[in-house]
Amino acid sequence: MPDCPWSPGPSGPGHFLGVTGVALSAMSDIQSRVDAIYRAESRRVLATLIRLLGDFDLAEEAVHDAFIAAVEQWPREGMPANPRAWLVSAGRFKAIDTLRRRARFDASLGALAIHLESTMAAAPETEIVEDDRLRLIFTCCHPALPPDGQVALTLREVCGLTTEEIARAFLTAAPTVAQRIVRAKAKIRDATIPYQVPGFEDLPSRLDAVLHVVYLVFNEGYSPSSGESITRGDLSREAIRLGRVLVELLAAPEAMGLLALMLIHESRRDARSTPDGDTVLLEQQDRALWDRHLIAEGESLVERAISSRRFGPYTLQAAIAAVHASAPTANETDWAQIAGLYDVLARADPTPVVALNRAVAIAMRDGPEAGLVEIDRVLAGGELDDYLWAHSARADLCRRLGRVDEAKTAYARARALARQGPERRFLERRIAELARARPRT
Amino acid sequence: MKYLCLIYDDEKKLGSMTKGEADAFMGEYMAYTESVKTSGHYLGGNALQPVATATSVRVRNGKMSATDGPFAETKEQLGGYYLIEAKDLNEAISVASRIPSAKIGTIEVRPIMVH
Repeated sequence: MPDCPWSPGPSGPGHFLGVTGVALSAMSDIQSRVDAIYRAESRRVLATLIRLLGDFDLAEEAVHDAFIAAVEQWPREGMPANPRAWLVSAGRFKAIDTLRRRARFDASLGALAIHLESTMAAAPETEIVEDDRLRLIFTCCHPALPPDGQVALTLREVCGLTTEEIARAFLTAAPTVAQRIVRAKAKIRDATIPYQVPGFEDLPSRLDAVLHVVYLVFNEGYSPSSGESITRGDLSREAIRLGRVLVELLAAPEAMGLLALMLIHESRRDARSTPDGDTVLLEQQDRALWDRHLIAEGESLVERAISSRRFGPYTLQAAIAAVHASAPTANETDWAQIAGLYDVLARADPTPVVALNRAVAIAMRDGPEAGLVEIDRVLAGGELDDYLWAHSARADLCRRLGRVDEAKTAYARARALARQGPERRFLERRIAELARARPRT
Repeated sequence: MKYLCLIYDDEKKLGSMTKGEADAFMGEYMAYTESVKTSGHYLGGNALQPVATATSVRVRNGKMSATDGPFAETKEQLGGYYLIEAKDLNEAISVASRIPSAKIGTIEVRPIMVH
């Protein structure tokens, strides 16, 4: 999550600091509650304000202003009964103020301010529709926007990721991402892309872009692009929540497949890192820590999706995850079935990352030598040069084949690409183990 | 909102139609134009002569030059346009998708700039 924008700075609400100690502790209590509300509600407040104000930038400013107002007023007047409704209402007033100020330079904004004020009187505060987030998602993922713009905009607006976080998720530069977002917003405004959930006929065709975005959000939460903590549960939970909304709304097989995939991955959350935050690989995980409820829910979704016969890459990935989940121990994993599913997936979704994972499955089924041939074929494509798991997987196969020098080189390459503490420590442990190992002769 | 729907057709493909096919295609256009007039979306529209009749005019350093028409080597040429009124891009896309050439060429939907 981005830094809370109202954090007291030189121009922040620092005047609280002059009050008594009692008020101070009450204030810090309110501040932490505002922080929690910001994390839980700021995107919903934004989604509703975009609908009410009809403008992304004006709505973002209004959210910012509404939270500043909350920090100023809640310690004095107490927490409102419905903080989200309060924030939406405050944001709307702030936006009208902003338009009035600007109307001194641009008279047309005055008319807009009056219009907003009149519609405000008519609309009760309880009119906060849960659909607003869905409106926001489908607008951000509108096919008239370029695909990279859709993804960047959704991560920024729906999930509140910073431009820098999105840039790392995309393996691209922050200014590039910032430009994609600005252009996408400009097109929404200038071409009048409506703020609505598509109609029944358009819905399935609009779904693919949305699912792709949800998947990226889940991945950002499951293995974040930087920082010390290996998981950011809030983002993963957010993606799962979005996935549930989509399944409920559409009952589309690939929406089920994606939700199943996320649930089965999520089931391993407690098992995939040590209390110190270090990575535990799938084969070393304590399977008693896997959440059986999430797995069961995921498996039943996979079955529903597959029986529809209209499934695609997400359902196949979920089916692979389900095979892993059903193995009582790592040694009992049905690698033949997994490699077979990867063959189908590689045809449905011919990307280098899928090819890499297929290579690893082949190594497990047919031995490290066969896997290494496949990995080198993938790496020769050049698209995974900066993908640390490609080098880490190659290193692991070389290690198992006793090719220690090659393994060291590949681990060092992966280590240089690692941005996260736990990833770095995992690779450093592997490098240290190799230093102790002696080459097979 | 006003949108200009620019119709890009492959002139070779149009030229290779039999008379029956060409008549049917023109019939579709006439029916389409009637339908958007009835629905209130229609503001204006015209078909253009083939790109071979086009002339490109440029003024550089105060000197005018007029040359034979544009990019004849590209596959699809501007063949006509509709100016429509639509409430938003989704409605404009829906109106544009029914233009007969959408099935064989490309319709570019451009919002008209408001001053």
